[in-house]
Amino acid sequence: MQGNFITTRLNAMLGWGRKYSLFHYPYVTACCGMEYMSAACAHFDIDRFGAGWTRFSPRQSDLLLVIGTISQKQAPVLRTVYDQMTEPKWVIAFGACAVSGGIYDNYAVVQGVDQVIPVDIFIPGCPPRPEMVLDGLLKLQDKIQKTKQDWRWKKQQS
Amino acid sequence: MEETAILDALKERFPKGVVEASVPLGDATVVIRRDALLAIIPFLKEKPYEFAVLLDLTCVDYPERAERFEMVYHLFSLVTNKRLRIKLSVPESAAVVDSLVRFWKNADWLEREVFDMFGVRFAGHPNLRRLFMNDDFEGHPLRKDYPLRKRQPMIQLRK
Amino acid sequence: MSSRLQTQARPDSLLINMGPSHPAMHGAVRIMLELDGERILNSEVEVGYLHRGFEKTCENRTYFNLLIYTDRLNYVSPLINNVGYVMTVEKLLGLNIPERAQYIRVLMSELSRISDHLTCLAAMAMECGAFTVFLYNMKAREFLWDVIEATTGARMTTSYIRIGGVRADLQADYEAAVQKGLAETRKVLKDVHGLLDKNKIFLNRTRDIGVMSPENALSYGWTGPALRSTGIAYDVRKAHPYLFYDRMNFDIPTGERGDNFDRYMVRMREMEQSLRIVEQCLAQIPKAERGLMVDGMEPAEAIRAARTQKPDRPIKLSPNLEGSEKAVTKDILADDRRVTIPPKEETYTSIEGLISHFKFFMKGHGIRPPKGEAYLSVEGGNGELGYYIVSDGTDRPYRLHLRAPCLPLLAALEDLIKGRMLADIIPTFGSMNIILGELDR
Repeated sequence: MQGNFITTRLNAMLGWGRKYSLFHYPYVTACCGMEYMSAACAHFDIDRFGAGWTRFSPRQSDLLLVIGTISQKQAPVLRTVYDQMTEPKWVIAFGACAVSGGIYDNYAVVQGVDQVIPVDIFIPGCPPRPEMVLDGLLKLQDKIQKTKQDWRWKKQQS
Repeated sequence: MEETAILDALKERFPKGVVEASVPLGDATVVIRRDALLAIIPFLKEKPYEFAVLLDLTCVDYPERAERFEMVYHLFSLVTNKRLRIKLSVPESAAVVDSLVRFWKNADWLEREVFDMFGVRFAGHPNLRRLFMNDDFEGHPLRKDYPLRKRQPMIQLRK
Repeated sequence: MSSRLQTQARPDSLLINMGPSHPAMHGAVRIMLELDGERILNSEVEVGYLHRGFEKTCENRTYFNLLIYTDRLNYVSPLINNVGYVMTVEKLLGLNIPERAQYIRVLMSELSRISDHLTCLAAMAMECGAFTVFLYNMKAREFLWDVIEATTGARMTTSYIRIGGVRADLQADYEAAVQKGLAETRKVLKDVHGLLDKNKIFLNRTRDIGVMSPENALSYGWTGPALRSTGIAYDVRKAHPYLFYDRMNFDIPTGERGDNFDRYMVRMREMEQSLRIVEQCLAQIPKAERGLMVDGMEPAEAIRAARTQKPDRPIKLSPNLEGSEKAVTKDILADDRRVTIPPKEETYTSIEGLISHFKFFMKGHGIRPPKGEAYLSVEGGNGELGYYIVSDGTDRPYRLHLRAPCLPLLAALEDLIKGRMLADIIPTFGSMNIILGELDR
C-alpha cells in the first residue's frame, strides 16, 4: 500500500517534470515549417507551454517534430534522427503530409511518417494553424502526464 | 512583328537545321533538327541577339510519336528583352542530345533533372547523375508509362 | 554508388556531411564537403530530399484542382505562385480579367513578396546569430498574414487566385488592415536596418563573401534579387509587365558587388518598393460596384423558397465562402461559364446554374484550354517564376513544368563556397533564400 503510494506520486512528479521541459527538435522539411516559425515566435510563443527550447541536435532533445513532407529519399534520414534520440522520446507528426502524405499521393512521398517511426500525436492541417500546434502540444503533455513513466533505476518488469 | 525577326534570321542562316518556326500565343518558337543544336546555340549567343540566359530546359514525353521525347529550351536575351523557345525531338532508341553545359552553367543541373525524370542522355555532360531521385531508383518517373503511385521505398517501412 | 566527391577526394583531406537535417539547410539540402582544416576544397550539393512529384501529380489533376499544388511550391509566397500558374492557363485560354481582380492580384503578390523577403532575411540573420531580427521579421510577417487571412481565409496556402479572377472580394475594412500591416512592416524594416547594416559581426560574415560576377550570374541563369545584387537590373515586372505593373511607379534596387551583403540589401530595399506598390494599389483600385453583402436570405431559406418560385432577394453569404455572390462576381471573376464556377445563388436556385456547376466539376469537362503550349513567367520572391504548360485539349495538362528560380541559385553554390571557410556556407546559403518546395518540386 505504502509503496504503491510512493510510486504513483513519483510517477506523477516525473510526468510533471517531463511534460514541462520538452526540448524539441524541429525536423523541418517543407511548408509547415513556416507555421512552425510562427508558432515558435513572439506572436504565438510556444515557450509559454514549456517547449521553447529548440535543440538542433537529436541527442539533446526528447520531442521530435516532423514538420512537412517526408519523401522516400528522406525516410532513412528521419529514422536515423529518431534512433539518435535518447529515451524517453516523443514524436509529433505536424501537418497533413507528415500525418498521411496529404495531397501528395504519388511515387515520391511516404504516406505518413508512422510508416517510418512511431508517432504520439498527429496534428492535421495543411498547414495547421499555430493554435492547433499549441493544442497538439497540450495533448502531448496530457499524454506524458498520464502514461506510466519509465525510470532508469527501476527494474524492468517481465 | 518583332518576334519573327529572330525566326527569319534563323531560317536564313540554318535552312537545313530549322524545321519549323512560328509564334504561338506570342512565344517565338523554333523547331530544329537535333544535330543542328550545337551550331545554332553559338549563333544565338553572339551579337546581335545575345541570348545570354538559359531560362529553362525541359522535356515532354509523347509515347505515341515516332520520336518520343521533345526537348524544350527557353532562352532569354537581356539586350533585346526577348524570349525564344527551341524544340527538338529525340527517339527513344537513341535518346541522346548534345549537352549545353559548355554554353551555360545551369544546364548542368537542368540536364541532370531531365535525365532523372525522362532518361534522356546528354552527350558531353561532365557528371550525368540523377538529380532528385536516389541513384538506385528504377525507371524515370515523368515518363507517361511510369505509374503515378509506384513507390520504391529505400528502407523497410513499418506495418 | 559513391559520389564524385568521394572518388576524387585527396587522401589527406577531411570529408564532412552537412545536412540533409541541419538547422541552416532550410529543409533538406545535403552538402558534402571536402575540407582542408576549415577551408573548403570541394563540395557537392545534393538535392531531391523534398521531391514531391509535383509535375507528375499535375498531369493527373484537372486545371482547377492542381491550383492547390502551386500554393505549396514556394510556400513563403504562395500567392505569387498562384498568379503565375493562373496567368499561364489564362494565356492558353485567351481570357480577359476584370480590372478589380487584376489590382487585387497585384496587391496580394506584393504582400506575399514582402513576407517572402522578410522570412528569407529572418532566417539568414538568425543563422548568423542575430536572433532579434528573426523575431522582429516574424512579427511583421504576422501582420501581413493577418491581411491575407482576412481576405483569403487562410494564412499561407490560400488558393485564392483563381482562373478567371480571384476567389472572393477584399473584405470590407481591408484598407485599414493593409495600412496597419504596412506601418508595422516599415517600423520593423527601420529596426532591422539599425540592427544589421553596420553590425560588425554581420558585415564580417557577409561582406565580400559569396561573390558572384554578373557574367557568371547570367551563365547560371540567376534572376530576381540575386541577379540584381550583381548590378543587372532585370525584373520581370519591368521587362515584361504583367497585370498592372506598368501602371505602378517603382524602382529596381541593384547591388554592386554581388556578395551576401548586397543580396541582403537588395531584398531590404525591394521590400520598400513593394510597400510603395501596395500603397499605389490601394489608391488606384477601382471601387466595387456595390458593398459586400450583409443582409439577405439565409442559404437554407433560399433553397426552400426556390422549390416553388425563383427567389427575388439575394442570398446572404460570407464573402470568404467558396464562390462569391452574384453581384460581386462580375467585379472579380471573368464572365465566362467555361472557366469559372457560377455564383452560389445560381447553383442553389436554378437548374441552369446547377448544370453549369456540374459541367465545371465533371470528369472530362471543366476547364479545357485549346491545344497548344504556353510559357509565362512572373517575378517571384526569388526571381523569374515561369510555368510551361502543354495542353492537349483535355481537362488535364499534358505536361506542366515549373521554371524554379531557386534551382540556378543553388546550382551555383558549389562555385561560391569553393576555397572559402566552412562558416561562410551559412550566410551564403541563407542569402539565396532556397525554398525546397519549388526547387525539388
